[in-house]
Order: sequence, then C-alpha cells, then structure tokens
Amino acid sequence: MNILSLFPAVPLLMMLGLWISRNTKQIHAVMVAGSSVLLGLAVALVFIFLGMRADGQTAEMLLTDSFMWYRPLNIEYAVGVDGISVAMILLSAIIVFTGTFASWKMKDGVKEFFMWFCLLSVGVFGFFISVDLFTMFMFYEVALIPMYLLIGVWGTGRKEYSAMKLTLMLMGGSALILIGILGIYFGSGATTMNLNEIAALHNIPVEMQRIWFPIVFIGFGVLGALFPFHTWSPDGHASAPTAVSMLHAGVLMKLGGYGCFRIAMYLLPEAAQELSWIFIILTTISVVYGAFSACVQTDLKYINAYSSVSHCGLVLFAILMMNTTAATGAVLQMLSHGLMTALFFALIGMIYGRTHTRDIRELNGLMKIMPFLSVCYVIAGLANLGLPGLSGFVAEMTIFNGAFMVNDTFHRVVTIIACTSIVITAVYILRLVGKILYGTCTNPEHLKLTDATWDERLAVIVLIVAIAGLGLSPLWMSDMISESVLPIISHILN
Amino acid sequence: MDFSTILTYMYTEIALVGVIIAALLYDLIAGARGRKYFHGVICTLMLLFIAGTVWPYQQENASIFGGMFVYAPIYSIVKSVLAIGTLLVFLLSDSWLRKPDTEFKRGEFYVLTLSTLLGMDFMVSAGHFMMFFIGLELASVPMSCLVAFDKYKHNSAEAGAKYILSALFASGLMLYGISFFYGTTGTLYFEDMVPMINGSALQILAMVFFFTGLGFKISLVPFHLWTADTYEGAPTPVTSYLSVVSKAAAAFALMVVLIKVFAPMVEYWQTLLYIVIVLSITVANLFAIRQKNLKRFLAFSSISQAGYIMLAVISGTPYGMTSLVYYVLVYMVANLAAFGVITAVEQNSGKVNMEDYNGLYKTNPKLAIVMMLAIFSLAGIPPFAGFFSKFFIFAAAFEQGFHVLVFIALLNTIISLYYYMLVVKAMFITPNDSPIATFRSDNSTRLSLLLCLAGILILGLASSVFDGINLYAFGM
Repeated sequence: MNILSLFPAVPLLMMLGLWISRNTKQIHAVMVAGSSVLLGLAVALVFIFLGMRADGQTAEMLLTDSFMWYRPLNIEYAVGVDGISVAMILLSAIIVFTGTFASWKMKDGVKEFFMWFCLLSVGVFGFFISVDLFTMFMFYEVALIPMYLLIGVWGTGRKEYSAMKLTLMLMGGSALILIGILGIYFGSGATTMNLNEIAALHNIPVEMQRIWFPIVFIGFGVLGALFPFHTWSPDGHASAPTAVSMLHAGVLMKLGGYGCFRIAMYLLPEAAQELSWIFIILTTISVVYGAFSACVQTDLKYINAYSSVSHCGLVLFAILMMNTTAATGAVLQMLSHGLMTALFFALIGMIYGRTHTRDIRELNGLMKIMPFLSVCYVIAGLANLGLPGLSGFVAEMTIFNGAFMVNDTFHRVVTIIACTSIVITAVYILRLVGKILYGTCTNPEHLKLTDATWDERLAVIVLIVAIAGLGLSPLWMSDMISESVLPIISHILN
Repeated sequence: MDFSTILTYMYTEIALVGVIIAALLYDLIAGARGRKYFHGVICTLMLLFIAGTVWPYQQENASIFGGMFVYAPIYSIVKSVLAIGTLLVFLLSDSWLRKPDTEFKRGEFYVLTLSTLLGMDFMVSAGHFMMFFIGLELASVPMSCLVAFDKYKHNSAEAGAKYILSALFASGLMLYGISFFYGTTGTLYFEDMVPMINGSALQILAMVFFFTGLGFKISLVPFHLWTADTYEGAPTPVTSYLSVVSKAAAAFALMVVLIKVFAPMVEYWQTLLYIVIVLSITVANLFAIRQKNLKRFLAFSSISQAGYIMLAVISGTPYGMTSLVYYVLVYMVANLAAFGVITAVEQNSGKVNMEDYNGLYKTNPKLAIVMMLAIFSLAGIPPFAGFFSKFFIFAAAFEQGFHVLVFIALLNTIISLYYYMLVVKAMFITPNDSPIATFRSDNSTRLSLLLCLAGILILGLASSVFDGINLYAFGM
C-alpha cells in the first residue's frame, strides 16, 4: 500500500477504534495513538519526499499510485504529492495532533466529537493527497459536512445559526466547484480525471475557460474566505469548539487556497491570466477589510477570525501574482497562518474555558494569573504581526517581495495597499495584548484561576516549536515548496 | 412460439405470478396459526424470487408475442431493483401489519403490492402502447387500494380517493394522447411507430398528453398536487413503496419510451423535460422547507428527487440510462431507510412531526444515526452513495450540453441541504424535554434498516454495481 493512502486510512481506523471504545480513557488512548502515528507519518513523508528529490527524481508528483474506480467516467483513485501537498500534510498532522490535546477536557459526547473530528481529518488528508479531480472533490465534501454537527452540537453562542450558515455557504461553493470540474473534464477531452494529465493536454478552449475559471475560483475562494464570500468564517469560527476552530481555520481554509492554485489556475491558465485582476481586487479588499474588521471586534474569537480572513486573503492574493516567489510565499503563508491561528484558537479556548468570557472588555491582567498562557498568547500575536524569527515574517516577506516583482502600476498599487495590513495587524494585536494581558485584574473571580495543565502545555508548545522552527530556518521548507511551485507557475504563464 | 421461448424471456413475470398465486393460496389455506408465519413466508418467497432473477439470463434483446413484450438485459436489472425495493418495503411493513385492524388483511397487502409490481414489470417491458397502458393501470389501481388500506382512518381513505381520482384523470389524458398517436401513425407497436414519428403538431400534443400520464406517476411538477396529501394519508409503508418503487418504474419506463419511440422528436421532449425539471426541483424544494410533518416533508423531497432523476432522462444516452438505474437504486435504499425510521417511530409512539424528533439521538441513537445517514445520502454528501449517484446524473446531463440546467440543479442541492439539515438538527441538536421514549424495534424492521444502511454505505464506494449496470445499458 502506498504510504499516502495511509493518511486517510489512519483516521478511519481511529474512527473504528473510537466506535468500540467504552470510556474516556480508551478514547483518549485511541486519539493520542492515532494522531501521533499521523504526525510520525507526516514527518516521515517529508524525509521520504526530500530523499526522493535528492535522488534526482524530478517528476512533478512523487509517490504516485492509481487504480481505476469508475470506468464509465474514467474516475480513478489517484494519489501523489509534490512539495506543496507535503507541506500541507505536515501542517494537518500537526493540527490534528495538537487539536486532540486542546480538546482533552471535553465532557459531553466525547466519542461522537472525536469521531466527527476524525472524519474531518479523513477529508483533509484525502484532499491533499488526491490528484484525481473526482476523488479530490469527494474528500473536499467529506471535510465539510462534519462541521455542521461539530459546531451545532458542541459549539457555543449562536451555534445553530453559524453551523447552518457555514454549511450552506461552503456547500454552495462546492456546487460551483462541481460544475467547474465537470466543465474542465468534458472541455479538456481527457481520458482520465487526473489533473496532471488534463494540464498536460492543455486544450480547454479559452472561451470555455473564461466561464469555468471564475466559477471554480469562487467555489474554492468561498472556503479561502474570499471577499465577499467570507461571511461564514467569523460566525463559524466563533461558534465552533476549540479543536474544530483550530482544524478549520488552520487547515480547512487552506483547502481553498490550494484548490484555487492547483485546480482553477493550473488547469485554466489562459483565463487565469486574463481574469486575475478581478480577483486581485477582491483579495486586496479581503486583506485590508479583514484587518480593519479585526480592529473593532470585542470578542477574542471574532478578532482572530477576521484576522484569518485577512491572512487567508493574502494567500489568494499571492497566488494571483503568478510568480514563483509570491506563490512560494503563499504556501509558506498557508503553513504559517495554519500554525499560528491554531495556536490562537487553542489559547482562546483555554482562556475561555477558565474565564467563561471572550469579551475583551471583561478581561484584564491575565499575565499575572496565567503567565504561561499569556506568554504564549504574546508569541502567537507576534507571529501574527510578522515579527522576524517567527513564521509570519518569512511568509509575508516572501509574498510582498514576489508581489512587488510584478512590474506594472496596477500590481504595485494593490501590493502597497495590501502591505498596509501589516500595520493594521500590529495595531489590533498590540492593543489586544495590552488590554487583556497587562494592567491589573479587576475581576476578583479571575484571580482564582489556574495556569495551563500538561495537556494544554503540550498542544501549545508543539505549535510554538513549529512556528519558531519555520521562522528560524525557513530555507529547507521554502526550497521544497518553490521547486514544486515552479512547474505550476511556468505552466500558467506559458 | 412455444412455452420455452416465453419462459426464456418472461421468466421474471412468470416467477412473480407464481409468488402472487402462492401468496393467495397461503392466505386461503393457512389458518390463524399459519398466518403468524405469513410474513416470514412471503419474505422468503421474495428472497427466492430475487435470487432467481436478479441478474439477466439472456444477454441479447428480444421481443415476443409479435413485439408486444420486449426483453432487454437492462430491463431485467430494473425489475430486480424494483423487486429488491418491494422486499425492503415488506420487511419494514411488518410492525404496521401486526396491528389488530390490519392483521386479518395481511394477505391482501402482499397480493396487492405484488400485483402493482407485476404491472410495473409489464410497463417496463412493453413493446406496444396497449401493453404499456395495461401495465400502468395494473400498477395504479391496486395502489389506490393500498393507499386506502387503513380504511377506518379518515386520512387514509381520503388519500385513496385522491389518488385514484388523479390517477384516472392522468390515465385518461394518456389514453387520449395514445389515440392521437394511433391516428397519426396507424400503429401502436413501438417498433413500427418510430419511422412515422415526424414531430407534427398533433404528435407533439400527443406526446405532451402521454407525458402527463407518466408525469403523474413520477409526481413531477405540475402534476404533483396529489403527492403530499396522499403520502401523508397513506400508511407509511405504502408511502415508502409509492415514493420509491412506483416512481422508479415510471421514470424508467418514461426514459425507454422517450428514447425508443420518440427519438425523432428529441428536441421537443428535451424542451418539455427542461421546463419540468426546473419546476420540479425548485418548487418542491421551496415547499419542502416549510413542512412540519415528516411524511409530507419526504413527499416534497421525493418530488425534487424525481426532478434529479429526470436529469438522466433528458440526457438520452446509454450513460444516462446507467445513471438513472443507479440513481434509482441509491435513492431507494436511502428513502426506504428514512421511511423505515419513520415507520418504526410512528408504530411505537404515533408521532410523525419534525418537532417530535427533537432529541431523538438521546433516546434512540441507532435510529437517529440511520436517519441521519439516509438524509446525508439523499442530500448527496460523500462518502455515502447519494453523492456518487448525484455526481453521475449531473455528469450525464452536463455531457449533453445542459450546463445551465445542471447549474440550476446544483443550486437546488443547496436549498435541499438546508431542509435535510433541519431533520439532522432536530435529532441531534435541538433539546427536548419529552423526547420519544426509548424503544426496541422488531427484528424485521431492523433487518430492513440494516440492508438499507449497507446499501447507503457500500453502493457508492463499490464501483462494481455501477459498472455492472453500465455493461447492459449499451444494449438499448
């Protein structure tokens, strides 16, 4: 069996294990064992992949494997990875691992919660390993639907409204993707739904591409929080339980950017070049609008959700610049944002679990009460605003470098506008940190609270190590990504 | 032509007549004690019948009785799909039939249901419009008795009256249309008719009338007005039969006639279908949102599902036919699972409203999970079978250039997702102070739910079913 197929298979086995487990202890055992295996596999995959590249295997996709599934439509179960997918798989494995620990103290319906959580990760991993359009789309939808119950049952606040809004908007996006996939497949005249083959054939008529490109891009853009289709994201993230927010903002939103890059732009290159200006304007609005919105929110989760809109907008912004540097930056940003937003949501969950409020007007001076969590919160904030040495800096630097390389007025102007988001981010992050962490605690109830327990510390430390690791030695990662981005970009440009 | 030729090509119908006669005789001979085993006997008989006829024996097309009766392997597959649906309905109807006011007429239920199945088989295999009409009537008239089976219940009797009146009206229109065809072509044999079809005004009128007759059976908008009332009033197992088996047979028969007979008028019936599909899917979805009674809710959901089925018909390709049969099979297991849960809950607590299902997961987790998976499959969510069947149907229509139509249908899946999710929300999320009490459903219901569940989980992931159907669709 191909190592890649293990990634969706392990969560499936975990679901089976959860199904037969009888108490919380067994459930935890299954989850820890399973997510550790996933993390181990992901790390092993990185080494295998780098080793194969070092051996001089230059094929676009490595570790490929396929078998015919539905012959009448030439649907295959086809897997394969390049540097981008390897990075995303590593990210997902880290988030699943830390998400398990972040929801360690969950009380009601633990078993069901983790079963849905595992199904979600089946979808996520399956999406990143697939190279067949149908399989990819199938896993994409598998990842969407558990969200409804995860938010609806275990969420907080206006959970039913948020869950329904999120599900319907994302499914609306996936309806667009479905019709786009059909258009691409029947338009290309390919004999398989393998996306590399469709790209190699490269014979979708340009007038068809003009129809399908916006459809597919918006379809994936909904999940990537493209303005004005981002409205599900703040409500959804704010209502979701901690681990789900982590996985959703950390990984699932990356499915959007990944799909835009790998399906919309890669398979419909001419239209992508022609129409990119529309989406560049929309993503610039996402970036700036998200940052400004974060400034005026008072709920910790809403602040982070809008900040996610801004940062995910940057991912789409970068891939639309269509050069290797910016696209590498986009993938680095996906990684970096995935890690730090997961860290944020984990910390917010931990703070909320203690104070039972996420309103920043009611939180003061937490630094003295829970120093560990507060320091980690500061680190997450600094990563978010792009402090050198942490991952955010590497990603945003690369993106803006790449964006500024495009040599015309329009791109220069939007790049400068997008750059302002860094400053705005600094405003809301620093204000937030100053408000809730420093100063004196006015609420006597909060003085009794305790600092993080071991499971919380473990989750947080793993994430911080990853963020700092990516920030301090980004080269191996960015090399791996850029050599995979290169063939896609050159395909789009030619 | 001797009996062996007839047996070679009509084995399904002959075996089914055998089952019907056996059921009649058993009802007659068995005393009060024997009747206790009636359910087991009939299910075993059906199982044997399905086992004997499930896969086509003859691999080539043939017609007997001078073209009256046509055999094709794909017909045989459709008939087995219908038979499997009937068996599942029998399994889930036991808890209802065991009630004192229906216990004594068990035999009638089985015989009437099997008669409609026989009618559908003949309708599917017809090679002559008279044959087709007889099959259709054989499928309709006993059906109205079934709808009114709980005759002491006001709703049921009313539903039966509504059904038979609308059915007769639709049949009348259909006959009128057929008479126009006879007038313009001078024949009623499918084979002889094709060269004479030229799309004249009279023939278009005739086709519309003919379509009305079947549109009623499939309950497409605007011929759907009987559906909600009848579904609500009829006993739940009958509703499930009506919504699945009867609809599937009519949809398939429609596709066969449209492709085989009306092929020269293809652009006319594609236009007609286009409008009907858009109306069916959209109107039914909008109505479904407001329903409080689960049976009415599933009635509207089944109208919109019928609209999706028509997407395969409009494509008019062998691949479309494969998708249709596959879609019908998948829709059947999902819908029967949903109706199975409704039947179980109704028989144990008498509740059929959506609010009554609030908090069902707390008290009856297994039923709630079955219901949820059925709903997911109906809504087309992977990895359940409904996702695959929807994808193939869309692909079939898309391939023929119906891009806008597929787009409209896709938008409607979002609306349908909303109301399907309302059921999931009721069962899993909404709290309830007095949820339906925990109960154990009987073994027969469990078995039928288990089979449906297996279908929902396996039919999609195992591609061999689809490939198998596809093997024969090209024989058309």
